[in-house]
Amino acid sequence: MNLPSKEISPAVDIRGLNHWFGNGETRKQILQSISMQIEPGEVVLLTGPSGCGKTTLLTLIGALRKVEDGDLIVFGHQLRGSLRKNRQRLRRQIGMIFQGHNLLRCLTAEQNVQMGSDLLRGFSYSERRNQAREWLKVVGLEDQMNKLPHDLSGGQKQRVAIARALAARPKLLLADEPTSALDSSTGREVVDLLKRLARNQSCSVLMVTHDPRILDVADRLLKMEDGRLIPPVR
Amino acid sequence: MNSFWKTRRIPLAWLLLSRQPLRLFVALAGICFAGILMFMQLGFRDGLFDASVTVHKLFDTDLVLMSPRSMSSISMSGFPRRRLIQTMAHDDVIGITPVNWNFLLWRNPETLSTRSILALGFEPSDPLLKDSRFAFKAKALNIRGRVLFDDLSRNEFGPVSKWFLEGRTVETEVAGKRVRVAGLVSLGPSFGADGNLITSRETFLNLSPSTPQGSIEIGLIRLKPYSDPEVVVTSLTKSLPNDVRVLTRNEFIEFEKNYWRTSTSIGFIFSLGAAMGFVVGCVIVYQILYSDVSDHLPEYATLLAMGYRLKTLLGVVAREGILLAIMGYLPAYASGQALYALVRNATKLPVQMDIDRAVLVFSLILVMCMGSALLAMRRLVDADPAEIF
Ligand SMILES: Nc1ncnc2c1ncn2[C@@H]1O[C@H](COP(=O)(O)OP(=O)(O)O)[C@@H](O)[C@H]1O
Ligand SMILES: [Mg+2]
Repeated sequence: MNLPSKEISPAVDIRGLNHWFGNGETRKQILQSISMQIEPGEVVLLTGPSGCGKTTLLTLIGALRKVEDGDLIVFGHQLRGSLRKNRQRLRRQIGMIFQGHNLLRCLTAEQNVQMGSDLLRGFSYSERRNQAREWLKVVGLEDQMNKLPHDLSGGQKQRVAIARALAARPKLLLADEPTSALDSSTGREVVDLLKRLARNQSCSVLMVTHDPRILDVADRLLKMEDGRLIPPVR
Repeated sequence: MNSFWKTRRIPLAWLLLSRQPLRLFVALAGICFAGILMFMQLGFRDGLFDASVTVHKLFDTDLVLMSPRSMSSISMSGFPRRRLIQTMAHDDVIGITPVNWNFLLWRNPETLSTRSILALGFEPSDPLLKDSRFAFKAKALNIRGRVLFDDLSRNEFGPVSKWFLEGRTVETEVAGKRVRVAGLVSLGPSFGADGNLITSRETFLNLSPSTPQGSIEIGLIRLKPYSDPEVVVTSLTKSLPNDVRVLTRNEFIEFEKNYWRTSTSIGFIFSLGAAMGFVVGCVIVYQILYSDVSDHLPEYATLLAMGYRLKTLLGVVAREGILLAIMGYLPAYASGQALYALVRNATKLPVQMDIDRAVLVFSLILVMCMGSALLAMRRLVDADPAEIF
């Protein structure tokens, strides 16, 4: 166990992570000694009853929240005690797909995706715009490029969000119930698309979902209850 | 250029503004209104001060001799004409013009009502105004009882220029004595005077018998080319008794403006008006930017979650401020120009768009927008990327 390194270091390495919300009397432990790894290119699904701490875990991995206790290492970067500036830089390598699509209302589909590719350095404006168009083509929205989110259907919006997340070329994709606002067949399409694209980019995926119909896309399934990961029954 | 294309991003500030046309319209209307208000108030203020010296600016002179008891153009005191003649002893002085200056009652030849008019009296052979055609017109004043009427005088003095140009003989009464209009000049009404007339010294003394023979109200002194007026003022002040003051032409103009500036509330009232416009503009722009940031808070939080820096987002709000300032200023400037023209026609006040005021109002609008943007930015700190999942 003391060997210094494996062949490939995991994208995410969590050991003994605890998290609390609230202060004093109302202080409540939300996450209890979570330990898990996500390997590069792996698709991991996380399920569990509502309020068990899945979103909290996701925001911690996404460097959106301060780590209070335990080790949380993303791409070799220890997030406990990490500076705000470093967390912000790390976020550029992590794509996020939200429950709501969270697209910018005043931007067209193409411009929304370009907000993702604009995070990349060393490309000219037109190169980044072409990349945005390519991504929209990949998610099957080449005809909707100049539409505002308002004029897109729920599934189309979520696909734009996927394109936006992937346009920044992340090495890790975090998705929180990406299908909850979609009907089941659209949800299925979106998740398949997500998996396929992540594979092509060898991007790891951690997806929280309640939807039992999409569990089969996972390489690995994690269950959570009351802030703990339930060990897989073998 | 190359680095511009490398760093160029989606013009978020512009898109935020332009995709919400109603909000943009309200913001621009507010800024434009504030700008117009500032243009009008500052324009009136400067115009009124400028208007107080319309006649002062026209004199053909380098230095002006005046009684120290004269407070302004509406309360000029006399001083001995000898003093002006004494200045001829100075090497640099090449010419003088004694001028009488008093307000007299003019009778409107049409309605017969009377109104106070500024009358200037001088020797018709002396230079008085810079206008080169004036000397020719002045010849007509050699006949007693003739006056030159200012065709820019307010309409209350009667249709004098119209009648004169139609070839009619225009006669009326000044201070109860008969005069005939022998020509027209263009001086312009000023603060103290709604109209002007110019006449010979002889006619002037006849119309204003209370003026003592050897007394004048101002003395014009012309200097050799390339002599330094300041130096001459100093040496004349030293050599002359203290019953006269020597001023440069600019000091003479400033003296008059300063009277209106300090002894009336005009400056204060109009500056206050401009300040009101500024405050109203600030409130509107702040409201707009604040609600804009609030409405888009989840989107800003999303951008933070994607890895955009807070600095970038602050830059977006700042850019919105700059865009609003520029887009609001242009129509305000155009409206200001149009309103100035309107005011000039209606009041004959010399209200002009000068570059200083144009720059001042733009700076005020920029401060207004950037200040509001800075305040609205505080709201951005509430954008917490952890709360958007
Ligand atoms: N910002 C917060 N402050 C206090 N409590 C919170 C906060 N966010 C979530 N919680 C609490 O933490 C628990 C876990 O929430 P969450 O991670 O959103 O669960 P899940 O995503 O699994 O439904 C819930 O009981 C919730 O009430
Ligand atoms: Mg949740």
